[in-house]
Amino acid sequence: MLVIKDLHAKIEDKEILRGINLEVKPGEVHAIMGPNGAGKSTLSSVLAGNEKFEVSEGSVSFNDKELLELSPEDRAREGLFLSFQYPIEIPGVSMVNFMRTAVNEHRKYRGEDPISASEFLKLMRDKKKLVEIDSNLTNRSVNEGFSGGEKKKNEIFQMAMLEPKLAILDETDSGLDIDALRVVANGVNKLKSPERSTIVITHYQRLLDYIVPDYVHVLYKGRIVKSAGKELALELEEKGYDWIKKEFED
Amino acid sequence: MAEDQNKILDEVTGGEYKYGFYTDIEMDTIPKGLTEDVIRMISAKKNEPEYMLEFRLKAFEKWQKMEMPDWAHLNIPEIDFQDIIYYAAPKKKPQLESMDDVDPELRATFDKLGIPLDEQKILSGVAVDAVIDSVSVKTTFKETLAEKGIIFCSISEAVHEFPDLVKKYLGTVVTDSDNFFAALNSAVFTDGSFVYIPKGVRCPMELSTYFRINAMNTGQFERTLIVADDDSYVSYLEGCTAPQRDENQLHAAIVEIVANERAEVKYSTVQNWYPGDKEGKGGIYNFVTKRAICKGDYSKVSWTQVETGSAITWKYPSCILQGDHSVGEFYSVAVTNNYQQADTGTKMIHLGKNTRSLIVSKGVSAGKSQNSYRGLVKVSKRADNARNFSQCDSLLLGDRCGAHTFPYLEIANNSAKVEHEATTSKIGEDQIFYCNQRGLSTEDAVGLIVNGYVKEVINQLPMEFAVEAQKLLQISLEGSVG
Repeated sequence: MLVIKDLHAKIEDKEILRGINLEVKPGEVHAIMGPNGAGKSTLSSVLAGNEKFEVSEGSVSFNDKELLELSPEDRAREGLFLSFQYPIEIPGVSMVNFMRTAVNEHRKYRGEDPISASEFLKLMRDKKKLVEIDSNLTNRSVNEGFSGGEKKKNEIFQMAMLEPKLAILDETDSGLDIDALRVVANGVNKLKSPERSTIVITHYQRLLDYIVPDYVHVLYKGRIVKSAGKELALELEEKGYDWIKKEFED
Repeated sequence: MAEDQNKILDEVTGGEYKYGFYTDIEMDTIPKGLTEDVIRMISAKKNEPEYMLEFRLKAFEKWQKMEMPDWAHLNIPEIDFQDIIYYAAPKKKPQLESMDDVDPELRATFDKLGIPLDEQKILSGVAVDAVIDSVSVKTTFKETLAEKGIIFCSISEAVHEFPDLVKKYLGTVVTDSDNFFAALNSAVFTDGSFVYIPKGVRCPMELSTYFRINAMNTGQFERTLIVADDDSYVSYLEGCTAPQRDENQLHAAIVEIVANERAEVKYSTVQNWYPGDKEGKGGIYNFVTKRAICKGDYSKVSWTQVETGSAITWKYPSCILQGDHSVGEFYSVAVTNNYQQADTGTKMIHLGKNTRSLIVSKGVSAGKSQNSYRGLVKVSKRADNARNFSQCDSLLLGDRCGAHTFPYLEIANNSAKVEHEATTSKIGEDQIFYCNQRGLSTEDAVGLIVNGYVKEVINQLPMEFAVEAQKLLQISLEGSVG
């Protein structure tokens, strides 16, 4: 599904990703961990197509397409979803309108007709229930005045609405209390399927108690320096990142 | 749009109107420039009664002593008023064989606006044979109005048919000495609409020039007069969302509205004149004077405007709140892109007691454009308990455009309560990227954000107009981001 080969990326001449290699197969959950500044969020931004970052080397294939050649919107339409670490507020644009436009753009891309109003409202209702999102959140403007927890729940709700093939959760646990964390994790777990893959980017092991990964990778200084099963997360929790830093100090 | 469509309609139906432009189509245009003789010629060509000629000459005399205003935040190229033809029969556009001959860019815009094919043909001057239906629609429309005693005709027709009403109201809200362009219009106006709603009548439909049987090429110096008598109501629509091109660069229109006791008038405009090309070449200069007087107690006038066109817009639809408890409202969206310049706003003049006014102005600037809000709230000595609330927001796209707000307050009564709120915001790259990541193209994202921002104003427009206006906003801002 996703194959990243020797990916290098920089921002303003500062190289942040320095040769990432990663393969994600359908249905798998990968956790990417690492200390602050390792390049975790840069990786998610680059995959989603944020133009602030310049890819200098490497390739990414997604569903057998060259991902880096697609516009950000086409990557989304191909089924790549990014749950933002800091979801953006869009005043004046209602969630309903925003989601309906998004759903219809995805349908158009697949050659389908726009969704009818009643079908859409039913879809919203179902997905809200699935991710346990408060129903009045969807009556407000996109993320406007939402609390940190509400914003994260709203990301998972959008993911449920768009049913991506690959979901990248960028520090979804940051700023969440334990109840919100549980709600968010439950949402992600309910959406799990043999076709849908997930990349969980996190600093802490905590989220991985709820979303159990098949693989854990440690990102450090722009490279994946260690990959193992879920037990690696526990090891990191126990020992911190210092031993990794020592081991891979340039 | 209305003009073109009606031109074709009249060709089909044989031009049944005696006065106005149409009968003059075979005649020569008059020479360039503006002199007393030219005005006499215009009046003669329109076969006007003596009182109209006097009206024009008086205005001309005043205009000669006036100078073009320069206080607006606009960079206006010098206009040679002696190099303009003030009276010309409408030019026939070359008739095209099929839609294939139409400029593809124009066709793409039509498609985006969702304009039906037949209408597209009419707008772009392609031969149509299916206009008979519209004729019958229009006839039914006219009959319904006549039953209620509503007068809706061209101002040229009104000058002849309803001289008492015209004499009583024309030039009473916008006097010929009001400003340079008002004086010019009063001297040379070609045509426009006249509406009279009798006492106690609620006009059962939106009045639009689209349905005015003999609306001709009145673009350049248009003159509209709307009189709503006691306890009446009317909603009037001006303009259209389809792109309008015109060979006359200078436009100076006047709209006057009179609302008597407990009368209510809603006036909505969608202005989409040619704004010039991406380099700022060409485009219409639009200098408009629009004013309403709430003459009677408890009367109400509401202006709603969506301004997306013209190279230069100079326009301040205003309300004189003379009657006690009268209400004035102004809802505006002004969009500027590329090299467009707009200086627009309103004046709310509180004269009566317990008068209220509301101003909601939303400016959207993109490209290298300049967009200014200019508004005056004046409360006179005797206007006890006047209330005003003004909301002026600016939205910027990119960093090469400008947004400016010039609020003026003149308060002479201590019981007045006047509030002004203003915000400036920018569409951020992060907002666009967030939308992109959900599968929205950048243009759709801008459209969604801009339409969310102007919602409050668009909601004031009649339903179908509102839908078209939303699409228009998106099209006007195409290519402004990224």
